[in-house]
Amino acid sequence: MQNVKIVITGPFAAGKTEFIRSISEIDVVSTERRISDNSRVVKEETTVAMDFGRITIDQDLVLYLFGTPGQKRFDFMWEILSEGMLGFVLMVDSTKSETFREARQILDVFKKYAGVPFVVAANKQDLPDAWSPEDLRIALRINSDVKVLPCVARDKESVKHVLLELLYTILETLEEGVS
Amino acid sequence: MALKGNLRDFSVTQLLNLINLARKTGVLTIESDGTTARMYFREGRLLHASIAGQDDQLTAILQKAGKITPEQAQIIRTRSQVHTDKELGLLLINAGYLSQDDILSSVKQHVLDVVYYLFPFAEGRFHFEPDQLPPADRITVSLDLESIIMEGSRRIKEWERLHEELPDLDVALKFAERPRTPLRHINLNVDEWRVISFINGRNTIRQIAQHNGMGEFQIRKIVYGLLAAGLVELVEPAEQKRRAEAVPAGGPAQPAKPPVKRNVIMRIIDRIRRI
Ligand SMILES: Nc1nc2c(ncn2[C@@H]2O[C@H](COP(=O)(O)OP(=O)(O)OP(=O)(O)O)[C@@H](O)[C@H]2O)c(=O)[nH]1
Ligand SMILES: [Mg+2]
Repeated sequence: MQNVKIVITGPFAAGKTEFIRSISEIDVVSTERRISDNSRVVKEETTVAMDFGRITIDQDLVLYLFGTPGQKRFDFMWEILSEGMLGFVLMVDSTKSETFREARQILDVFKKYAGVPFVVAANKQDLPDAWSPEDLRIALRINSDVKVLPCVARDKESVKHVLLELLYTILETLEEGVS
Repeated sequence: MALKGNLRDFSVTQLLNLINLARKTGVLTIESDGTTARMYFREGRLLHASIAGQDDQLTAILQKAGKITPEQAQIIRTRSQVHTDKELGLLLINAGYLSQDDILSSVKQHVLDVVYYLFPFAEGRFHFEPDQLPPADRITVSLDLESIIMEGSRRIKEWERLHEELPDLDVALKFAERPRTPLRHINLNVDEWRVISFINGRNTIRQIAQHNGMGEFQIRKIVYGLLAAGLVELVEPAEQKRRAEAVPAGGPAQPAKPPVKRNVIMRIIDRIRRI
């Protein structure tokens, strides 16, 4: 049995838990805590260690999706979670420009752990105040060779699309290696 | 698509960079501390700017630029039969009173005054309304944003902002692949040229500062301006490593290979497609 993993990272409340929940075949093993500090106005719960979702590929292959905790004070978890990943998704709440700077900092950190492929998910595109993926690309200074994808984490099809695009990118890096 | 936020999180420099690179058309409104300002753009070029409550009729603009005296301005205001800026401009030109260039350069200076006044704003809400153009009776200009961004970033005084935007000085710089405006068309000062002359995809920001005897604040400010104006880019760590190892030039930066076989990825793709 082979296990592989993809990591879902991004700032607080970007929609990482929601993303994994939409596609995992098990109830997301989430280490959610009710929020005790003033972030509470945003939502009720936050991830404190990690989220954990699973997709069984076939008899001898399982894909795990790990969501990192969004709050800064848990960033010691990031390096542990990213060990051996195939690639990662940077989730961004497209309606909250106050989180863009942090998103970029998270991205810089993750790029340093491992130079694996990644895509950016411009989440919450269903909301009227969402910045477009093209505007997000410029705001986050994402190079033109990296995909910035529209995403609605509550919608399974949208989550599938983001994961598939990441997998195509991973496949390309493997093909480059062959030639 | 909406573009809303606070200048705390996304500065005037960054907004102009976005409007420039995305070649946006529309109006950017900034509300800060009782001031409401509007800047109009067409395809990423600045057309017009105004601050609510300030007299920005052509008469006031010409007076501010010293093209007409306060007395003349008064006469125009009380006796003129024309109603719009465009009509007044034509009248003054046809009467041989001012040249077209006098008028356009005064309007340009007015627009720049407004924009440079807004640059240091560190707080305040902004929103961008696509596709809106200035009122039809206004005389507009069409200004490159790169030069404006460079000039605006020269005026930055806070260290924190520069530090946030550019945390790591040990990264190398390279020229943007497709700058919108050639470098020679942009007004750069001597120090900026000195920095540019050391950009080769390998020299780090720190090394460039050392070569030029520049302090951290100064180099950050210059590099921030060049980045924001879209003239240079940071070299990604993976690419930097490759360049440093002097592998034969060319080819895109290659990410590290994931620790799996192609066939594994194919199976995952196949499965997810069927979910
Ligand atoms: N409208 C909308 N809301 C979303 C979407 N994705 C997530 N949300 C909501 O945004 C809030 C935050 O989502 P979470 O999944 O908890 O975010 P997170 O990234 O796991 O947050 P932390 O674990 O605290 O860092 C929740 O209320 C979600 O229901 C989306 O695509 N559209
Ligand atoms: Mg979570």
